Amino acid sequence: MAEQIIQFRGVQKAFKGTVVYDDLTLDVRRGETLTIIGGSGVGKSVCLKMLIGLMSVDNGTIHAFGESVTDLDQRGLLRLRSRIAMLFQGAALFDSMSVEENIKYPLIEHNWGTPGEMDRRVSEVLEMVDMPGIQKLKPAELSGGMKKRVGLARSIAIKPEVILYDEPTTGLDPVNVRRINGLILSLQEQLGVTSIVVTHDMDTVFTITDRLAMVCDRRIAFVGTPDEAQNHELRYLREFIKGGRGVLDEDI
Amino acid sequence: MIASLRELFNAVGEITFLSIACFREMFKRPFEWKLIIQQLELGGFDSWSVTILAAGFTGMVLSLQFAIGLEPFGASLYTGKLVAVGIVRELGPVLTALLVGGRVGSGYTAEIGSMNVTEQVDAIRALGADPIRKLVMPRVFAITLALPLLTMLADLVGCAGGAIITMHEVNVTWRFVYEQMRESIWIVDLLHGLGKSVFFGYLIAIIGCWNGLRTFGGTEGVGLATTKTVVYISVSIFISDFALTRLFLAIYG
Repeated sequence: MAEQIIQFRGVQKAFKGTVVYDDLTLDVRRGETLTIIGGSGVGKSVCLKMLIGLMSVDNGTIHAFGESVTDLDQRGLLRLRSRIAMLFQGAALFDSMSVEENIKYPLIEHNWGTPGEMDRRVSEVLEMVDMPGIQKLKPAELSGGMKKRVGLARSIAIKPEVILYDEPTTGLDPVNVRRINGLILSLQEQLGVTSIVVTHDMDTVFTITDRLAMVCDRRIAFVGTPDEAQNHELRYLREFIKGGRGVLDEDI
Repeated sequence: MIASLRELFNAVGEITFLSIACFREMFKRPFEWKLIIQQLELGGFDSWSVTILAAGFTGMVLSLQFAIGLEPFGASLYTGKLVAVGIVRELGPVLTALLVGGRVGSGYTAEIGSMNVTEQVDAIRALGADPIRKLVMPRVFAITLALPLLTMLADLVGCAGGAIITMHEVNVTWRFVYEQMRESIWIVDLLHGLGKSVFFGYLIAIIGCWNGLRTFGGTEGVGLATTKTVVYISVSIFISDFALTRLFLAIYG
């Protein structure tokens, strides 16, 4: 079995009295693509944000690369964020900056190298996401799919070991969904990165997933392969991955 | 009532912590010159036209009112003196702060608030940077520096506007009004006004940024936060103006 590089242990998190997690326990293995599914608002994105210290943990521990994330200071978090990158749901590109400046942003913050090396890296990652020559464009000039790909280029610029994807295909047309899924797969194959993907899209789940985790009742209710999920005793899980059929029929 | 008081204390606490964090960032290297110059241009120097317009007309109106109001007492010759003192000590800094506060402070909340609801602030953190260093510190530094300069411009234009109307209404020469104004304004008066404007500049920027960073609830949240910022900035300028005036009078007399 591959080495476990990320461990959530008994993590608790609540917002203004609303409990999101009362026992989040999950392991992530090196090189795998772990997909996290679950209903809207159950805290899937919260899980990613806690992992890189964007949100605090009320109780429990999160370990990444052997270090306790919950105990890291600012310098430690900076080091962690050079190893774990995140693609946000809406790409979160900086509107006031060009594509080139957006991609250079993490390179500058992490002292990547000389200006020339940074320029080469920008071109390189834009090639990787199949969008060469758009350095001078502003985010407002890009479509939703293009923004996601530039966001991905920005995430991989510093060569992270883990990439967190927060709903990478939401709101995209089927062609762009396939393109993004292809990129996630090729990054895993070419760079050997570990991916944690939060998604609702079942095509994405079955295209890219090595292991699947389902968030339900404020905890991880299932972890296993997509095939195991299809035959699991938890009815909600089976019906969730069938696209809601059964659950919705009953409600109707 | 109790909830409002709690909210007020929370706000003061959060702004204090943000100010301390921002102050610390000012001494870290490398210094963010590029961002500060950008903010000086956007927030500070782009406000010169509105400052000139407001100060010029305020000086003119003030002069008109004093000239007419003092005439029954035979004191309209003192119009220039009163206009100059009123503008330099009080109206110049307060009016400029209110205008810049409305224009720039609300702009900061709208910009940072939009960034917050679209996860761009989270992205700054995730990419290894600090939003206080990248967003708050340059804005606070720039407006704290720019507002006294804008206030000096407002003082100059306000006095000039007042002088023109005084010459016309009181029928005195330019030289007379100029000498009156020069005699009535001491360096202490200038420091009084500029001291206030430094504090107002800091208030405008820190409140604008603080409210932006705590914005939530999509575009509706951004709109609400922006409106609140204008109210918070205006109220805090009026309150602190009274406190600072009392303080400066105690120090300089």
